[in-house]
Amino acid sequence: MFEIGLSHYLSVAAILFAIGIFGIFLNRKNIIVILMSVELMLLAVNINFVSFATALNDLVGQVFAMFVLTVAAAEAAIGLAILVIYFRNRGTIAVEDINLMKG
Amino acid sequence: MIIQGLAFYLFSLVAVVSAVMVISARNPVHSVLFLILTFFNAAGLFVLSGAEFLAMILVIVYVGAVAVMFLFVVMMLDINFAELREGFLRYLPIGGLVGFILLAELLIILGGWTLAPEAAATAAAPVQASVSNTHALGQILYTRYLYLFQVAGMILLIAMVGAIVLTLRRRQGVRRQSISEQVARDPKACIEVRKIPTGRGI
Repeated sequence: MFEIGLSHYLSVAAILFAIGIFGIFLNRKNIIVILMSVELMLLAVNINFVSFATALNDLVGQVFAMFVLTVAAAEAAIGLAILVIYFRNRGTIAVEDINLMKG
Repeated sequence: MIIQGLAFYLFSLVAVVSAVMVISARNPVHSVLFLILTFFNAAGLFVLSGAEFLAMILVIVYVGAVAVMFLFVVMMLDINFAELREGFLRYLPIGGLVGFILLAELLIILGGWTLAPEAAATAAAPVQASVSNTHALGQILYTRYLYLFQVAGMILLIAMVGAIVLTLRRRQGVRRQSISEQVARDPKACIEVRKIPTGRGI
């Protein structure tokens, strides 16, 4: 039981990923929590990369996890900026109202 | 070994519980704080699996920058969060179903899956025990993955420029200082010297 292997890490990552998906469904209206759920899913992906890198004794997984971190940070910055200007224009952040661009 | 196992279970349990709290907390500020707790515990898991540099990056970049940015936005926007929670219970069954099916599939895959025996020999950059993790990552990142590293920097630059362009707002009716205009002013056009006769006024 105390012998921690690859599958333990993968299980934790799978649980975190499922929680992220669940959070997106659960908070359909609140885009801030949706963005946080996306961050959780990216974190799960990173745990997968790092645990595989350890299991295969290969550093490339850690390098890739770093790039995933970079893209996640950029995505959070752009997403929050869009959120701020949307709030400035509409006074709300309800996702269901964001259908103005439909023809 | 036992301590390592106990630490793994502690970190993963706290990470999973706080991830559940992230999506179910009533107040988004609490959500962000639980997100920070999740990141800390994931950093602990990274340390356990030997990726110390990534663990530090996770703490610095995520907790120090991204989570604080979330906190900033949550506190800056004046939002009625009770309104946004409508439909929470309506989406609970379908969301729970999808999440459960996904989790079950992932765990089924994990149950019937083994690493190919020759996979360990195909490592592109084998970890050497004599070099520290940060040192080894630097050696590989600045040589073999130099171009990818530069592209990552460009992505961050573009994200920064994009965020600034999106949120910068020129408000009308606000007096601003324009140094170039001030410096370029000509005294002849601004000052007029007049002779005023004594005792008459203008």
